[in-house]
Amino acid sequence: MTQKTYVVQRGRDQGLPWKGARPRLEQLDVELTERCNNDCIHCCINRPANDAVARAGEMTTEQIRDLLRQAADLGCLQVRFTGGEPLLRHDFQELYIYARRLGLKVLLFTNACLITPGLADLFQRMPPLIEIEVTVYGMHRESYEAVTRIPGSFAQFQRGLNLLLERNVPFVVKWVVLPQNKHEMVEFEVWAGTIPAMTRPPSYVMSLDLRNRRDDEEKNVCIQSLRLTPHESLAILTRDVAEYKQSMEAFASRFMGPSGDRLFSCGVGCSLCIDAYGRAQPCMGLRASEWTVNLNPDLKSVREEDSFSSVSVPGMRPECAGLEDALSQFSRLYDLCTTNPEYLRRCARCFLKGLCEQCPAKSWTEHGTIDTPVAYLCETAHVQARYIGWLGKNEYGWEVMNWQERISVQHSIR
Amino acid sequence: MATQLSLDAVCACSENVVARTIEGEVVLIPLIAGIGDEEDELYTLNETGQAIWQKLDGKKTLKEVAVSLAEVFDGPASELEADVLGFASELTKRGILVAK
Repeated sequence: MTQKTYVVQRGRDQGLPWKGARPRLEQLDVELTERCNNDCIHCCINRPANDAVARAGEMTTEQIRDLLRQAADLGCLQVRFTGGEPLLRHDFQELYIYARRLGLKVLLFTNACLITPGLADLFQRMPPLIEIEVTVYGMHRESYEAVTRIPGSFAQFQRGLNLLLERNVPFVVKWVVLPQNKHEMVEFEVWAGTIPAMTRPPSYVMSLDLRNRRDDEEKNVCIQSLRLTPHESLAILTRDVAEYKQSMEAFASRFMGPSGDRLFSCGVGCSLCIDAYGRAQPCMGLRASEWTVNLNPDLKSVREEDSFSSVSVPGMRPECAGLEDALSQFSRLYDLCTTNPEYLRRCARCFLKGLCEQCPAKSWTEHGTIDTPVAYLCETAHVQARYIGWLGKNEYGWEVMNWQERISVQHSIR
Repeated sequence: MATQLSLDAVCACSENVVARTIEGEVVLIPLIAGIGDEEDELYTLNETGQAIWQKLDGKKTLKEVAVSLAEVFDGPASELEADVLGFASELTKRGILVAK
């Protein structure tokens, strides 16, 4: 059995070659808090940093440790700590070290404002094994704080990033495109290119979600007013037409085609999101009480009489015994089909699936149901498809029967 | 400066590495910086490495590990010893194993 090398290095892009079955749980998302030190004008989830009620309801350190242990037992290799701002939790360092000692990679979503020298030292000494993701709201104090609405937050953000840079802690940046900062995008891209770990172009948040808990109608009106128009989104996507064309050609053959009446085309049932209070969700966006299960024995059942949906899943229970039970319950969603006539007429037959962000979570935040077409997403997809040449001026994706011909090269952007 | 390992050495997983078995696959996850060439690297083992890993209990010498492998693998003892020594040397050099 003589061989020269025995170890296989697995870098970021190689993944792990599971010889047999994949792990039961591939990634766990944990929202450590919904509170945030910023008060961003567009945010779909944040609560004030000093919100005592929210804080009192958050999972305890031990409850989160227990979830992390369960995740590791299910074969999970990566946990995402997000929020709100996860660094607001006083026990963040403890949870981070605990997760790493369990052999989990930690993906941290943060605004970087609360990074301290001690925390940056920890990331240097005990790396998260995946780049920290920092959201950026502006390149200058005026634009940044016009978004965050917290005086001094830009200086905190700069200090946090410098602490990471000084210690060579890898991080990447992403940009939320808003009217307050869209004139700074070029400046952002040039700066992002100087960050050592930014080996790929930065990502952009362009389609703003409404409040995930459907808890603030006034703020939803504000968020809607901040959204890019479909044509503004297109202009950003097509700044480099050649690169856009090339990416769409590769994309089309893999991701276009009608989705049919099945609602979940994502990896539902393979990953989990736990909210700050101990409820398991199928994903980060789907918080409808009827689609969540309660893992926290201290939490009263939150299943309310708000079943607006035209679909239901037999056997979904409001409580569950742990992560494995939650996964089993959510795996039933994969085969869930809709009977909503409007969805069946449009989305189920539309071949623009890969361009459109329509999904049960987006539908729920917009309409309180999981199977209602979202007009904003639909328009954005159609504007792109018309630009590419897949659709005529007044044509819709659900009207096209020969969609395979449309996405072939001869119809692509000229 | 790494010292040359001998078959009398006893090796164990470094406390700076977390070893997990996921769906039958041994996955070695660095806990501190400097184990891998890149900050985000994990390690898996090939079939031979995995067989040797399972026998390392922090008590047996490398020679005893080779003897225990002879119960499941055919081949001359010298080949098994060479594999165990090669494996331990490679992982010690990477900081995944430590000689006790």
